Amino acid sequence: MSGHEHRDDVGARFGMWLFLFTEVLLFGGLFILYAVYLHRYPHEFVTAGGELNVWFGGGNTLVLLTSSLCVAIAVTALQRGNTTLCLRLLGVTIFCAALFMVNKGFEWSAKIGHGIYPGSAHLHDLPPGEAVFFNIYYVTTGLHGIHVIIGAAVLIWTMVLIKKGRVNAGRWVMLENAGLYWHLVDLIWIFIFPLYYLILH
Amino acid sequence: MTEQSYAADRGFLSTGRPGILGWIFSTDHKRIGLLYLWCIVTFFCVGMLLGLLIRLELFSPGADIMTAQTYNAAFTLHGVIMIFLFIIPGIPAAFGNLIMPIQIGARDVAFPRLNLFSWWLYVTGAALALTSLFTGGGPPDTGWTFYVPFSAQTSTNVSLAAIAVFILGFSSILTGLNFVTTIHRLRTQGMTWMRIPLFTWSLYATAWIQILATPVLGITVALLFVERMLGTGLFDPNLGGDPIMFQHLFWIYSHPAVYIMVLPGMGVVSDIVPVFARKPAFGYKAIVVSSLAIAFAGSLVWAHHMYTSGMSDTAVLVFSFLTFIVAIPSAIKVFNWLATLYQGSILLDPPLLFSLSFILLFTIGGLTGLVLGAAATDIHVHDTHFVVGHFHFTMFGGTGMAFFAAMHYWLPKIYGRMYNKAVATVAWGIIFIGFCVTYISMKVVGMMGMPRRYFDYVPEFTGLNQLATIGSWILGIGLALMFYNVIRGCFKGTPVEANPWGGASLEWQIPSPPPTENFGEDDPVVTHGPYDFKAAGIL
Repeated sequence: MSGHEHRDDVGARFGMWLFLFTEVLLFGGLFILYAVYLHRYPHEFVTAGGELNVWFGGGNTLVLLTSSLCVAIAVTALQRGNTTLCLRLLGVTIFCAALFMVNKGFEWSAKIGHGIYPGSAHLHDLPPGEAVFFNIYYVTTGLHGIHVIIGAAVLIWTMVLIKKGRVNAGRWVMLENAGLYWHLVDLIWIFIFPLYYLILH
Repeated sequence: MTEQSYAADRGFLSTGRPGILGWIFSTDHKRIGLLYLWCIVTFFCVGMLLGLLIRLELFSPGADIMTAQTYNAAFTLHGVIMIFLFIIPGIPAAFGNLIMPIQIGARDVAFPRLNLFSWWLYVTGAALALTSLFTGGGPPDTGWTFYVPFSAQTSTNVSLAAIAVFILGFSSILTGLNFVTTIHRLRTQGMTWMRIPLFTWSLYATAWIQILATPVLGITVALLFVERMLGTGLFDPNLGGDPIMFQHLFWIYSHPAVYIMVLPGMGVVSDIVPVFARKPAFGYKAIVVSSLAIAFAGSLVWAHHMYTSGMSDTAVLVFSFLTFIVAIPSAIKVFNWLATLYQGSILLDPPLLFSLSFILLFTIGGLTGLVLGAAATDIHVHDTHFVVGHFHFTMFGGTGMAFFAAMHYWLPKIYGRMYNKAVATVAWGIIFIGFCVTYISMKVVGMMGMPRRYFDYVPEFTGLNQLATIGSWILGIGLALMFYNVIRGCFKGTPVEANPWGGASLEWQIPSPPPTENFGEDDPVVTHGPYDFKAAGIL
């Protein structure tokens, strides 16, 4: 071992999985709040949830699932030495991430246009159960949006490293870890979508 | 070893990039450990001065040296600094980094650059916490717990302090992640799980709590931040929120966090006691299992901080029961330490003295914890000085003493120089007396009904408060003497050999100070347990 660079792919992957645990627990705090407030205001949650646009949410779900598929194929492509295909697929992923954020932007601005945003006067006039639904919706999807941006940034950085040849068919753990992070972003959305958009539809 | 040969080889202290840049950008776990250590000691001294000021203010009823608002800021800062900048990173980040990789025969931690990044996050968080004192609406005055609704409404600079706590939490998570991976992946040949020194085992259990609990603190302070910035109202009853939920989320982290604080201290004591009793650790496996059991059970008891917050009686009953369960693995450790000492050939050197005071004070702290864990008695003493006395017994009498024990045990290894043992013993005695006078007085005055965090009190409490304040002066003198002696020892003490205490674990098999690569060209091969003094040739 001495004289050589220390390399431990299993350890790197292990560390990434531990980090993903922490992300799940970070969102876990918000899911606890959701559970408690849903239990307290079941009817208000249904009323407020009905105002979210299920087409926006459903569309974004498809976009994220597609992006996750691309990352999964990209990892295999790199392992088989097909760098070009890998980079193209990652490009599609980044495009999906951008599309997701643009969609989210339209959705949020429509809601904000109706006076529904944290701290708004309209929210103070709504029944408390509906206000808390919209507030927790903004906080959860906002935090998720931040994670989409971070995940995309990590993937772009990985693409740079692939271009430079530092991540390649012989050492792809960096891409795999970036991909794992992206799958987490996807996974959290898979929970957010039904909890907020499909509530008792 | 002579002064000349010592000067010739100062191990990791002299090799590597020279100057300050060679330290603050070093990825060597020992250098990072020392960076943490000196930051942590500095913040401890700041927190200690604030504590002395608080005690001075309480010397007599009414305003003595500060206004009520300054007093609120002083105890908030004392808490924030001591909790987030001293006691949580204290033993794991400083001594864990210095010693743990060596104890398992590794060259470094699994992710050395991430380790350096953790330290930078720690420094950034500390800088922001200090900035919050001088900017915005003035220093935070909420107490270290940041309870809503007050923390959401006060005009003081709580937002910046919340960001600082978030960043410090992130630093703690990354250290935990690094340590778990290191202990899984980098143990040298022959270092089986049941040969890992108990200090490293305790860090392993701690690291899991850091990973699993700290993110919840992250989201809690993040929610407080957006509450203050945007008015998200998730804890505001007018908008359907519930302030109790803040307390739940806060304690889901902050109760396990007390085991982040105390488990490494228990690990230090578990490592020191066998060496100075010249006997293998009694019940090694029981200590290992009890560390993991504390980490697990400690995650299920958070709501015992909230008996008077308006929870249902069922919840109070369940959490009270679970709280008593944690006492079992803690007691297992105490009995194991005592059994290790029993019929041992005891050397009363400073590391053991601090460890013994840990055992005594932590036991008293733990038993008074049961008074608080039982719902009926808790209602009587909740939010009194009894609570303050209790957690200072566990946190300061426990973790603080273990931190000092670790300093006296391992710093001669790290610097290759020994402090003056006679002075260290005297300092220990003064600290012990000062500690008991201060915190026993607090417990008694709390039992009499003096609330915590109050600026003023009725004249009946004057005598005990003055006793506590005088105790704090004794404590302060003892601590100053101890730090002076240890720091002087690090730089001017007599040079020591590789194994001044006669330890059998790996860190004592390499030179003092350790070389940068720890073990040279060949990784060590472990053939016996960490407390097998016969096999190591010590006995």
